Amino acid sequence: MTTSAVLRVSNISKSYHVPSPILSKLQPGARQRGSLTALDGIDLELRAGEILALVGESGSGKSTLAKILVGSVEASAGKLDYRGRPVPAKRSRDATRRIQMVFQDPYSSLNPRITVGAILGELLRLHKIVPRNQVRAESIRLLNLVGMEEDALDAYPSQFSGGQRQRIAIARAIAVRPDVLIADEPVSALDVSVQATILELFTTLRADLGLSILFVAHNLAVVQHLSQRVAVMYLGRIVEVAETAELFANPRHPYTRALIDSIPRMSESSVNLELVLEGEPPSPYDIPGGCRFHPRCPVAVSACREIDPALTAIAGDHQSACLLANELPPFYSATTS
Amino acid sequence: MSTPTALLFRAQEKRRSTRTRSLKAWYRNPSLVAGLIVVGALVLVAVLAPVIAPFDPVKQDLQNSLLAPGGAHVLGTDKYGRDVLSRLIWGAQVDLRIGFMAVLIPFVFGSVVGALAGYFGGWFDSIVMQIVDIFFAFPFYVMVIVLVFVLGAGEVSIYLAISAISWVAYAKIVRGEVLVAKKQDYIVAARLGGMSHGRVIVRHIGPNVMSQAIIYAMSDIVLDIMAIVTLGYLGLGVAPPTAEWGSMILDGQEFITTQWQQATIPGLVIVVTSLGLSWIGDGLSDLLSPERRK
Repeated sequence: MTTSAVLRVSNISKSYHVPSPILSKLQPGARQRGSLTALDGIDLELRAGEILALVGESGSGKSTLAKILVGSVEASAGKLDYRGRPVPAKRSRDATRRIQMVFQDPYSSLNPRITVGAILGELLRLHKIVPRNQVRAESIRLLNLVGMEEDALDAYPSQFSGGQRQRIAIARAIAVRPDVLIADEPVSALDVSVQATILELFTTLRADLGLSILFVAHNLAVVQHLSQRVAVMYLGRIVEVAETAELFANPRHPYTRALIDSIPRMSESSVNLELVLEGEPPSPYDIPGGCRFHPRCPVAVSACREIDPALTAIAGDHQSACLLANELPPFYSATTS
Repeated sequence: MSTPTALLFRAQEKRRSTRTRSLKAWYRNPSLVAGLIVVGALVLVAVLAPVIAPFDPVKQDLQNSLLAPGGAHVLGTDKYGRDVLSRLIWGAQVDLRIGFMAVLIPFVFGSVVGALAGYFGGWFDSIVMQIVDIFFAFPFYVMVIVLVFVLGAGEVSIYLAISAISWVAYAKIVRGEVLVAKKQDYIVAARLGGMSHGRVIVRHIGPNVMSQAIIYAMSDIVLDIMAIVTLGYLGLGVAPPTAEWGSMILDGQEFITTQWQQATIPGLVIVVTSLGLSWIGDGLSDLLSPERRK
């Protein structure tokens, strides 16, 4: 493991206890709901200056992990280190400042009653980022950084489109000069035409401000040209981590292969048709034994029903949680060819 | 992604609309304007009562009692010979003052309690909501009358009685709104911005949840004026001989067959006041309701 990790997640789990209905308690033998496991032993590091993509289906726990990283949700178990030091459960104002978040829905993430200038100014004054008389100038600088003009300062969020709102939300996140940006599906609520410009903005921010960015997405296509590394999540576990080019060229987990194959493309034929995923992910109340992917896995063998594979290094930086990681056939996909 | 494509699409990210905020167009809202005119006129009359009232509202003139409208006494005189118009004008001062004051205290107290309960939840929320439910189980008038009876008739008793009961409505309204607002991402963002709970409640939740309470306050003023009038009618209101609309109706009803205007005119004034306040409430709900602001 390299030492340049800005954030390191060690064995973090999160489960929600779901109270069973009173009636079912009265009925002996009724099925108890028990607890929901959103995250089950996550190990992950975000390296300085990289964009790390976290990809998975809905319900895989990626948003829960994002919330744990910014501190708005508390983990049930595990450890979170920021630059080698554990982050306390109750963060100081300055610790909170260092890890900021961009939300999925730019409509719910901006307060409709406060002007853009007031949103930025409040943060700048609270954290004393700049002297009071420079707050306005700094706000304008932030807006320019995210590709907006000065005239946005006196406007209310309702006067902007989704893409512009997301830019404002990004300006708010970087206003407090964070080290780390957690972006929770920041483009999935936007028009496809606008997505590209926002992705481009993240690339620019990483380069210009040296931000380390965890970019959550539910679709590999979005992150292919954005991230340096990709982590794939399935049902509360990370199943594969690799550098982006390596992951797309040589995926070592059947789930990753299925995700790559599910990227829509123009060409007619898909080589790995047998890897198209069937069915829904199992319920997080009732995670299958053995490898949690085996019920949907096209290459599962009997051992997969018994053994729960851990995330292990295959080669260099490439980690996979598949028993057959080294036995999977070479991967051909129209996307990568 | 290719930069030319990105540039091409950036043009589509134009600002959605340049219309001014809907709040600035308040004067285009007919019911708000009508309500403001009516209530404004009444407030003006109440404030200017010492100047515009033609007679002393409490001075008795038994020789000229029960005069029909017309002449020097435009609306006639009551059974003690007091000028009805002057009593109406001075009554506006008493009734509007009590109406507004009796809303102000529960509005502030109820909103604060409701906001704290909704935001922090937990045992405080449980206790507050139990109290609210208990208060809601009893009819408003029964409780007000009992409280005023215990505290003794008079203006301060009315404030206390109404405040003690009607704060629960504000607590319930604001709590419900806070429960919705606190789940919004902008509240999470404010907390990530390092803001304290107090600042988040006052500055980020407050402005988003107060509109329903403000709208309710308008109808609550109407309700409170009706309560004052009712108390006045029952003899539990403001002590005589102070001019007050409810007691004027009480005094006038003896002569309803011969001098119908004695009871009817104060009644009409109350109706007009209520109408004006309701119009303001309607107008505000149009302006402040979130679905119009998106």
